[in-house]
Amino acid sequence: MLYREAGQYKVTYGADQAIFPIAQDRFVMLALLAIAFIVVPMVATEYVYRAVLIPTVILALAAIGLNVLMGYCGQVSLGSGAFMGVGAYAAYNLSVHLPFLNPLVSILLSGFVAAGIGILFGIPSLRIKGFYLACATLAAQFFGDWAFLRIKWITNYTPSGSVNAPAIQLFGIDLSSPTAIYVVALGFTLVLGLATKNLVRGHVGRQWMAIRDMDIAAEIIGVRPMYAKLSAFAVSSFLIGVSGAMWAFLYLGSWEPAAFSIDRSFQLMFMVIIGGLGSILGSVLGAIFIVLLPIFLNQALPPLGELVGWKISTATVSHFESMIFGALIVFFLVVEPHGLARLWSIAKEKLRLWPFPH
Amino acid sequence: MTLRKAALLAAAIVSASLIAAGAAQAQNEQFIPGLVYRTGAYAPNGVPFADGVADYINMINARDGGINGVKILFEECETGYATDRGVECYERLKGKGPTGAAYFSPLSTGITFALTEKAPGDKIPLLTMGYGRADSRDGAVFTWNFPLMGTYWTAANVAIQHIAKEWGGFDKLKGKKIALLYHDSPYGKEPIAALEIMSKKYGFEFLQIPVPAPGSEQKSQWLQIRQARPDYVLLWGWGVMNSAAVSEAGNVNYPRDKMLGVWWSGAEPDVLPAGDKAKGYKALMLQHPAGKFAVHKDIEKYVVSQGKSLAKPEEVGQVLYNRGLINSMVGIEAIRTAQAKFGNKPMTGEQVRWGFEHLDLTADRIKQLGFEGMMGPLKPSCADHEGTRLSRVHQWDGKEWKVISDYYTGDDSILLPLVEQVAGKYAAEKKITPRDCSKES
Amino acid sequence: MGFFLEVLTGGLLAGVLYSLVALGFVLIFKASGVFNFAQGAMVLTAALALVRALEQFEAWKWPFWLALIGAFLFAAAIMAAIAWLAEKLVLRKLVNQEGIILFMATIGVTFFLEGLSQTLFGSDVYPLNLGLPKDPIFLLESVFDGGILVNELDIWAAVIAGLLVAGLAIFFQRTRIGRALRAVADDHAAAQSVGIPLNQIWFIVWLVAGLVALVAGAVWGSKLGVQFSLSLLALKALPVLILGGFTSVPGAIIGGLIIGAGEKLAEVFLGPSMGGGIEIWFAYVLALLFLLFRPQGLFGERIIERV
Repeated sequence: MLYREAGQYKVTYGADQAIFPIAQDRFVMLALLAIAFIVVPMVATEYVYRAVLIPTVILALAAIGLNVLMGYCGQVSLGSGAFMGVGAYAAYNLSVHLPFLNPLVSILLSGFVAAGIGILFGIPSLRIKGFYLACATLAAQFFGDWAFLRIKWITNYTPSGSVNAPAIQLFGIDLSSPTAIYVVALGFTLVLGLATKNLVRGHVGRQWMAIRDMDIAAEIIGVRPMYAKLSAFAVSSFLIGVSGAMWAFLYLGSWEPAAFSIDRSFQLMFMVIIGGLGSILGSVLGAIFIVLLPIFLNQALPPLGELVGWKISTATVSHFESMIFGALIVFFLVVEPHGLARLWSIAKEKLRLWPFPH
Repeated sequence: MTLRKAALLAAAIVSASLIAAGAAQAQNEQFIPGLVYRTGAYAPNGVPFADGVADYINMINARDGGINGVKILFEECETGYATDRGVECYERLKGKGPTGAAYFSPLSTGITFALTEKAPGDKIPLLTMGYGRADSRDGAVFTWNFPLMGTYWTAANVAIQHIAKEWGGFDKLKGKKIALLYHDSPYGKEPIAALEIMSKKYGFEFLQIPVPAPGSEQKSQWLQIRQARPDYVLLWGWGVMNSAAVSEAGNVNYPRDKMLGVWWSGAEPDVLPAGDKAKGYKALMLQHPAGKFAVHKDIEKYVVSQGKSLAKPEEVGQVLYNRGLINSMVGIEAIRTAQAKFGNKPMTGEQVRWGFEHLDLTADRIKQLGFEGMMGPLKPSCADHEGTRLSRVHQWDGKEWKVISDYYTGDDSILLPLVEQVAGKYAAEKKITPRDCSKES
Repeated sequence: MGFFLEVLTGGLLAGVLYSLVALGFVLIFKASGVFNFAQGAMVLTAALALVRALEQFEAWKWPFWLALIGAFLFAAAIMAAIAWLAEKLVLRKLVNQEGIILFMATIGVTFFLEGLSQTLFGSDVYPLNLGLPKDPIFLLESVFDGGILVNELDIWAAVIAGLLVAGLAIFFQRTRIGRALRAVADDHAAAQSVGIPLNQIWFIVWLVAGLVALVAGAVWGSKLGVQFSLSLLALKALPVLILGGFTSVPGAIIGGLIIGAGEKLAEVFLGPSMGGGIEIWFAYVLALLFLLFRPQGLFGERIIERV
């Protein structure tokens, strides 16, 4: 009853092609943005920023990047952790060798470096498909692990291999407080996410989806597979690289190569699958789910255990987290293989009728 | 469907309210967090250390009622040796308790590097006893890091001293080949700087052989060692890498008594899996040996026999368990030192930092605490956050560790210039003005 | 020359051990089209069950041979239970989904098994002694200085792997169930239409893969001790699969040999000039290079795509 388009007439093509054509959607989106930018900074504690909000926002951008590659273009990639690392170390090197650049600019430029590397490691996709491609991207992941440890100029010849990020500031305003970092990360994610949403709605995105659905047929009707696949790798690696640089500069502060290991790649892939392949909203929902779940389990399990009189050690909590995480993934895939985004669109469909039955 | 939904909703509400309820905040308690890893590839070494840490704190609470009447609130957080989980645990626990966390002891060089950036802002000291950044010995630059009792440069230097002694003098090192088999991480790479300096000074060839984490497969590394035939192999591993190294050494018939591990590669979990092959393997000691001393009587009386210990019976008295005891002991003594100045109440992180810097563990005090025979006197200062540079060597004879050397002292003629150089570089990079230690009280 | 042969034999034998793990993958992929990432966790679970049962039976003073058989039976029972649960809760519910969904489900199963096995059996390092000799032997000492070092345990592992492959070959070719498995691998719907019960077949496949995991876990556990990093073996077995093809048992063996030898030779001869530690990515790059010439692996089925 409330969620109806009746009475909303579009008089320009622009209005017809808007991302949120229904006014109620626009309203809700604006409300969410207001909450995210205004309400949250007023009420959130430092712990919530540092453990929940900032990682979620940064990983949401990475998940959007991976969704571009896996969800929109259909290329399975298990090397996203290494691309985050490329972004992080590129930003670090830019800030060390070009210290006049603002760190935020370095973060953005590092995306281009990551895009270049992404194109390089995307070349096998022209010949290999499916799981074989997944294993080929694992080569990129392990090569990245090794390169960050062994190639000394990447870490500026530090003896231990651990590097530090510079302090974040913009035009002299110090931005190292948790609120400021959160706003910066949210800004990056929002702008780049919006750009990606428009990209996937345009002809490039349609090319990607054509390749995903039936690549031979796509080639026959004139979609150039090399251009489409490599551009998917480039855009995806750009987004993942920027998010990697943000992860290093805004969240970790000081890091070693193990921060971008294969566990990170799997984490991103979980976000994309659970959130929904081929959906920008899905990537964000998936990121929220994957970041919150371990924290929630960590807090909830010991009290629940005490309820049944069982003192659980941290090791057991860790194992239970693993078990519940695995079980939840299987459960989600059984219940809704197209992810949280699909659940959301089903909800919207039902909302259009509510409260009427048909 | 409705019933299922209702059940899920109910479970969610119950869990949420349980989290919100939380624990009641006591007012006269000192909060000490424990970053541990009881799972993952490094758990075999992480578990006994964590048990020692927990048992000593429980003993102090049970026997003394806390530190001068202030009970200790202790909570563990599982990091799995992963830096981002360590950071998350840090953020969650740093504000707990009436005065916040007293100190953090992550037992991971990687997490230490990350927390070194955050701790000064949050004003919480980092106790990195026997690990962490080797340059953090310089307390003027690293105000909040305390690598008490030994850093990796000290370890590297003592290892070379022992090898030289075995061969009859430093001049015998010339022309020989010493290999470093290290864990490919900041932890494993720390000693390289010191070893390179010593290889130039004493004229031995220094071979670096990395092992990718976690290091359970080392066949190619040991085939290389078999080919290169170094005269000594220094082992800088952790977790399963240690036991794999000792096993593989046996598989390629490299004499185990020509292997010398750092103090984190010389404990029971590192040699027991290899069985007979581990016989003869040597390792550095962070001063303390395995075995039971005076303090263990109290541990057994107040904790183990009450069933409050998380450790298995055979763990009590093992190398890493004892190290955990010492770790908690120096932390608690630092708090006690701070209380002597600031009053018998829960201390803030800043006050505990002052306590660490003014810690004075004399031989009498160590005997009083029950640690006689485990360690020597320890007196850190503003300029020297390491406190002491003693170490000795023990050897596994198939059943237990036997101390085979006297105490060596780290050679400051080699170590100090390196510390000053690297710490100075860090200070310049981070734009830190080093404190003037002559003016500190 | 002697050293080269030494590294080569070491590599070949290591490769056989990798292919033991890869065999499990191939079995499941052949019969149900699922890329079972949980194979590594299955190796860990089987090894943990085996070593803890052995410990327990030895504590009850059973004679060694009886304890060993009992432990193997116990571990096999655990793997059967896991196979049954996996078929009922995962495979049956995800029957017609795309491969990537099933792959993700097996990753979920991986996490679940890792947590479950360590909760039930503990997360320490457990040395495993199956009575296999572990000493090094030196061959051809007269020809090469110092001889060629070969580890007895590795040779035993190669023999066991050979027997296992032979056993599996006989199982697939000569028995009725083996034929049914091959039918299901060809075409699920057709197999079902001739009356082959899919659920039972999937259970049997996962059970056989579980037993293969048990053997692999026993051998690797003897080498390294049974601990958490056994589950990371899956990542070492993947290049073997890529090279050999996901659907071929001889491919797993030959792929294993090539990857094992290539990896060790590269690490020892190429590694020092690159700073060392290149083993892991070299295996993947090697597999990748092969893939560029044969996109389905050396022995994999050529997938013919039609529009």
